[in-house]
Amino acid sequence: MIEIRIHGRGGQGAVIASKLLAMAFFKEGKFVQSFPTFGVERRGAPVAAFVRIDDKQILVRSQIYEPDHIIVLDPTLIDAVDVTQGLKPGGWILINSTQKPEEFGNLKKFKVSVVDASDIAARHRLGSKSHPIVNTAILGAFAKITGLVKIDSVLAAVGEEVPVHPEENMKASKEAYESVVV
Amino acid sequence: MKKVLMGNHAVSYGARLARVEVIAAYPITPQTQIVEELSELCANGELDAKFIKVESEHSAMASCMGSSAAGARAFTATSSQGLALMHELLHFASGSRLPIVLANVNRAMGPGWNIWTEQTDSLAQRDTGWLQFYCENNQEVLDTVIQSFKIAEQLALPVMMVLDAFILSHTYEIVDVPERELIDKFLPPYMPEFKMDVDDPHAFGALVTPDNYYEIRYKMQKSMEKAPQIVTQTGVEYGEIVGRSYDVLETYFCDDAELVLVAAGTLVSNSRAVVQEYRSKGIKLGLLKIRMFRPFPTEQVRKILLHIPKIAVIDRNISFGASGIFFQELKAALYGRDGVSEARIFGFIIGLGGRDVRLQDIAEIVDYALEEEKPKEDIIWMGLKR
Repeated sequence: MIEIRIHGRGGQGAVIASKLLAMAFFKEGKFVQSFPTFGVERRGAPVAAFVRIDDKQILVRSQIYEPDHIIVLDPTLIDAVDVTQGLKPGGWILINSTQKPEEFGNLKKFKVSVVDASDIAARHRLGSKSHPIVNTAILGAFAKITGLVKIDSVLAAVGEEVPVHPEENMKASKEAYESVVV
Repeated sequence: MKKVLMGNHAVSYGARLARVEVIAAYPITPQTQIVEELSELCANGELDAKFIKVESEHSAMASCMGSSAAGARAFTATSSQGLALMHELLHFASGSRLPIVLANVNRAMGPGWNIWTEQTDSLAQRDTGWLQFYCENNQEVLDTVIQSFKIAEQLALPVMMVLDAFILSHTYEIVDVPERELIDKFLPPYMPEFKMDVDDPHAFGALVTPDNYYEIRYKMQKSMEKAPQIVTQTGVEYGEIVGRSYDVLETYFCDDAELVLVAAGTLVSNSRAVVQEYRSKGIKLGLLKIRMFRPFPTEQVRKILLHIPKIAVIDRNISFGASGIFFQELKAALYGRDGVSEARIFGFIIGLGGRDVRLQDIAEIVDYALEEEKPKEDIIWMGLKR
């Protein structure tokens, strides 16, 4: 089983990202489960969403404590919450950031990857310039660095599920897939 | 067609496939998405039903009763405090013999104010004359909504189907949504024996004196006693048409088990994973899933458990001053006129107010019950901060 935790801030689309990622794996014949942090969410407050993927039916019904990979939608969360909590050795941390991977000194133990999803999203007019919706872009990058899911599956999930600007969202995913820095 | 659906929308899709005619509901976390989706389906014409917005859950049930009495297939959904507010009318709906279906998202009662999962809200309604089903996953959620209408309409009794807050309601997983034609074949339109009809006027809900009230109650109980057979038969029929069968309960590795776990809702899913793990180590562990809680499937439970040496009941609920509610019901079932079980029965309480239940918590329950000859306390509190 693969377990993924997505960190974001309320309103950034972490929950939708978890659903889209689950759908992309579902398109490849996997069993999937995705869920938000159980609770009350406020715009701007740190939130998390989760995805489980397996080759057989998923029976476990608890929160995820030891994820295999982490996605961070907002770089300011790196200092605000312990995004690596429970992360398994060898797991990826994919961060939406303008910095280089080696600049995240405190994450040295892990495999860090960055993509400027905010810039990509803003250029495709997803959300606003100050509050870009980065969830679809970052999933493209996730497909590239982990190789766990095909970019075509991500694009198909985004195209079908995103209610507004599906074309632009797909383009953002594709661009992040191509520009992510490992 | 297979889709990735959250539990709440699995309820909505089930209600749509059942061709509900009236939906009357009031929003409450974590149920709101059920009626939000249904309201949208009504607005965009995908569902030909009347959506009645009401000012409270009490009014929601009143509207369901009125429309059901007039011959419509009626549906509502609620949770926790909302269900509690409906309490008076839950009695009224069953006493009126109206086959209303209600989806309840299991949420803890406040205060302390809490929106997370617990079974006490629905179990507290156990004496209202409603059938109750508890679901293990989102597939079962969708399938149970549809079956609930057929069961309710055959028995002329209302049905409450239950899903865990967040763990199902807000969790996306794969759900096979049946084709409309299959469900139309399974569930014909509702044809009530009696209904309010201006061309054929009758009085409904009149005063009943002690001369007759007693017999009316007897008849309700007789219908409840008929329920297990109807539920089994409906589950088989559903399987024949849709491809997934259901029953009042399900056994998992019970035949040679030295210890059987008893659970409902998503606790079953976690327990199933733990049974697999223990069986792979050669430990004779089994699981009994209680799908139908009301009427309690006493006979079926006795048949399965009478010769099991140890039983561990896992309750995510509490009847204050007594114990876990499934624990009580199970003990009552095993002390019957055709013999008494000599099993050691352990009563565990876990996960109240949405405290996360992990696989190792279930494993701890198993280890306790395997290790101890008998329970050290009447209630064994798991994961309690002392």
